Amino acid sequence: MSELTLTEPLITEAETRVAVATQRQLIWWRFRKHKLAVVSAIIVVLFYLVAIFANFLAYAPAFETNASRSYIPPQPIHWFDANGHFHPQVYALKGKRDMRTFKLTYAPDASEPRDLVLFARGYPYDFLGFIPTDIHLLGVSDGHPENALFLLGTDQLGRDVFSRLVLATRTSLTIGLVGVTLSLVLGVLLGGISGLQGGWADTIIQRIIEILRSVPTIPLWMGLAAAVPSSWSPQQVYFAITIIISLIGWTELARVVRGRFMALREEDFITAAELCGASRLRIIFRHMVPSFLSHIIAAVSLALPAMIISETALSFLGLGLRPPAISWGVMLQDAQNLETLGLAPWLLLAAVPVIVVILAFNFLGDGLRDAADPYG
Amino acid sequence: MSAATSVLDVRELRKYYPIHRGMLSRLVGQVRAVDDVSFSIDRGETLSLVGESGCGKTTTSRCILRAIAPTSGEIRFRTKTGAEIDVARLSRQQLRPLREQMQMIFQDPFSSLNPRMTIAEIIGEPLLVNGMTDAGARNARVAELLQLVHLPSAYLNRFPHAFSGGQRQRIGIARALALSPSLIVADEPVSALDVSVQAQIVNLMLELQDRLGIAYLFVAHDLSVVKHVSHRVAVMYVGRIVEIAPTTALFETPRHPYTEALLSAVPVPDPRERAQRIVLEGDVADPSDPPPGCPFHPRCRYAVARCREEVPALTEISPGHAVRCLRANELDLRGVTAAAA
Amino acid sequence: MAEPILTVRDLHTHFIQDEGVVRAVDGTSFDVYAGRTLGIVGESGCGKSVTVRSILRIVERPGRVVSGEMMLRRADGRVVDLAKLPSDGAEMRAIRGGEIGLVFQEPMSSLSAYHTVGNQLIEAIRLHSKLSKRAARTRAIELLAMVGIPRPAQRVDAYSFELSGGLRQRVMIALAFAAEPRILIADEPTTALDVTTQAQILELIRRLQQERDLAVILITHDMGVIAEMADDVVVMYLGHEVEKGPVDTIFHAPRHPYTRALLQSIPSVLAEPRSRLATIAGSIPHPYARPSGCPFHPRCSEHIVGVCEKSFPAEIDIADRHGVACHLYTSNVEAAA
Repeated sequence: MSELTLTEPLITEAETRVAVATQRQLIWWRFRKHKLAVVSAIIVVLFYLVAIFANFLAYAPAFETNASRSYIPPQPIHWFDANGHFHPQVYALKGKRDMRTFKLTYAPDASEPRDLVLFARGYPYDFLGFIPTDIHLLGVSDGHPENALFLLGTDQLGRDVFSRLVLATRTSLTIGLVGVTLSLVLGVLLGGISGLQGGWADTIIQRIIEILRSVPTIPLWMGLAAAVPSSWSPQQVYFAITIIISLIGWTELARVVRGRFMALREEDFITAAELCGASRLRIIFRHMVPSFLSHIIAAVSLALPAMIISETALSFLGLGLRPPAISWGVMLQDAQNLETLGLAPWLLLAAVPVIVVILAFNFLGDGLRDAADPYG
Repeated sequence: MSAATSVLDVRELRKYYPIHRGMLSRLVGQVRAVDDVSFSIDRGETLSLVGESGCGKTTTSRCILRAIAPTSGEIRFRTKTGAEIDVARLSRQQLRPLREQMQMIFQDPFSSLNPRMTIAEIIGEPLLVNGMTDAGARNARVAELLQLVHLPSAYLNRFPHAFSGGQRQRIGIARALALSPSLIVADEPVSALDVSVQAQIVNLMLELQDRLGIAYLFVAHDLSVVKHVSHRVAVMYVGRIVEIAPTTALFETPRHPYTEALLSAVPVPDPRERAQRIVLEGDVADPSDPPPGCPFHPRCRYAVARCREEVPALTEISPGHAVRCLRANELDLRGVTAAAA
Repeated sequence: MAEPILTVRDLHTHFIQDEGVVRAVDGTSFDVYAGRTLGIVGESGCGKSVTVRSILRIVERPGRVVSGEMMLRRADGRVVDLAKLPSDGAEMRAIRGGEIGLVFQEPMSSLSAYHTVGNQLIEAIRLHSKLSKRAARTRAIELLAMVGIPRPAQRVDAYSFELSGGLRQRVMIALAFAAEPRILIADEPTTALDVTTQAQILELIRRLQQERDLAVILITHDMGVIAEMADDVVVMYLGHEVEKGPVDTIFHAPRHPYTRALLQSIPSVLAEPRSRLATIAGSIPHPYARPSGCPFHPRCSEHIVGVCEKSFPAEIDIADRHGVACHLYTSNVEAAA
């Protein structure tokens, strides 16, 4: 029977690498080829880093109001001083009384330069939530950056837009996470029951999903958000909004999960596992779940931007988070009327991170989905 | 009556699928996928089930392994201890200890192996699930199995995507052998393979049968492969066995017109043998709405009025050779004769 | 023998990918004659499908015809080289589906599920003729009758999923005949069908060939079908043509070790029950790991050390129209001996 022992052709080094590569590695290699998805992944990571180190990156207290600083346009950093040396500076505010209206207005004055400093002192906060400090990434030499540093200008109440944006990033991105986790749990659970059980459980769950999806979303949110009592604290409102958003979000995931389970049920290797006596639980967790984990990850990364957009939209309409909570949506609320936009167009900058993050998540999700299942 | 040497005895197996129509899913009919099938297989013997699409051979094989539950009938299995158990009615729990005695080889080498497990894990799974928790013992047995199917043990940690179709089938066979079953159901195990690879796998299966005394239920549509592997052959049409006989008898002296047509339709790899073939009219009958009387009669060259009215029963016409045809004793049909050197 | 209707010389089709170049067709030559069937046979990876796709210039990216010529003698007498025509130019499109019809393996995925059978036929007819819709519909019904579909006037409005596998394949053949081709290329036309249906389809192809003096190129891995249908045979292995000749010669006097081994490994209904099959040692190499010299040498029982792995054997004419590409028959043998 020697002809059965193989005179295998020489296997190249590259082939061996592929041969012992796990599915995860194969997915990673396919993902790496998608330049756009990789760039998007980096962008998303950067955004979450901003969210984690929000207070460190901000320099002015986000809630302190001061009429004297109202509607200051974004101020550039002056990189070189009068002598041409590299000496980053910003100009501090100086008051000036208009002789005709007798109104005192404040504006940055070139005669009041302040040195731009890295790791400067600023307002106190807890780094990573538990280390009390007052060091920030940027600051000015006299310790009062709120009077001199206006990288993206200020709003009507004199609050620094850059610092508020950074803090808003934290809120907007984490609300997405909480919402998606909730959707994930609901989606996998209900989708799993639907796909594996079949029968009447499947019918009932599918009809519920269809009803939920057929309700027009904005009126639904408006109704639910209006039901949130105004006496609730911002945190309670935050959680209520999360739950509201997740109520719709889980349906998409459930359908994906159900579809995957139903397709997997018919696969021969599942039958083989059943035939050798494997228990239901083993088949689900050892054979089925790893098969569609990557699809879940891809679906999640596409569900996140939906969450973020939902929160932004609700808050923009005044139905979501309310001041003093900060999120991108809340900041965009300030930019709602034409007068404000005419006076202070820099307030619209809050829209930029929204667009960038949503696009990045979408490309990332597409890349993940293509890598996980190139034929699907 | 199952002889003491028989490993499987199937009696009057039926599997009907209900057809529902309309909003309230009214039952309007049944697809008789398997309709009164009986046969037995002896220890170390190969019985092939042949037929075209929709004949019920795959459904029969899945019923026997209880991958699906039969509608009625008995599936008597003889365990290693000699006891006879009817597995048709057992629950999942009760079936578990029997699982190790009957296993399956699948048609598609690409979907029968979990792409996320190494082949050591795939072949070792039946062992793990049936109590062999010691990794050392498992690895030893897996190495043994790999040798049986002539695969180098260096491949233990690779994933299925690294292997060709033929190699994957060997892995599937190794997995099926893990628990030393007495019966293996092979569902079209070589249809998806190249000719030269097919030859290797067929030889492997014959070798394993000689060495280990396994019985095979070989489900196939390719009559040439069937000629090489079977002791006995059963031909199915629309859920019923229409003829069952030892291999040589079936091929050389078929007694059912459908068998004759099937045999003549197989292209022979010899241009000098472009024999007159019988080309059947029409399509295979619909199992949800079979013609009255003998379901083959609309396509049968020998049909008479009687065939439209009476349903023939499976009758033995010579020892070990049974036919389901009203005119079996009158007809003189043509088989394929073994080539003269 | 009359002039061939299609002459392929030294065809090379390569797939250029990041991981390497796959030489899917690496120097194939053959002639196709009217009224005769050329069978191209081989196992996976031999390049038989890519060969006919190259003829029709429908090789998927990143594949390309890199060299060779494919001279087609058109109906009006002109000879064009298909390799030189732009693949989506007007002339190639007129030939594809027009003078050369193609039948695929999987009728379910080759027919549109969204259009009726009649619509697809009418489209094909009107692409290659100037018939009105009404006239095209009449012709479509005629075509369906010609391929043996019962009740064609009703079936013309059926969707493909309403038909059985055998009927769908007949529709595919009708589609291929919509523009009265002179060459029919059938790529594994019966592999997905039951054996009795296969018999019907092969019978149909043979009848149409006789009625119309059609040239047929039949691709299959099934030697039985080749023996039934082909007049001339080309045996391919890993992109190379290893032997070609009349069907009787190939089956009864094969010269190439691969052809011989392949013929011995085929199961047959005429064999003794429970007899073992002869096998070919090893397995088909990965396309990126093509052996040097003669691609079959690692598995060849008659390989000549020092010769076969060094150079690729050129094809030699052994007898009338019988060619073999094997060092056993080249003058190198004497040199090594």
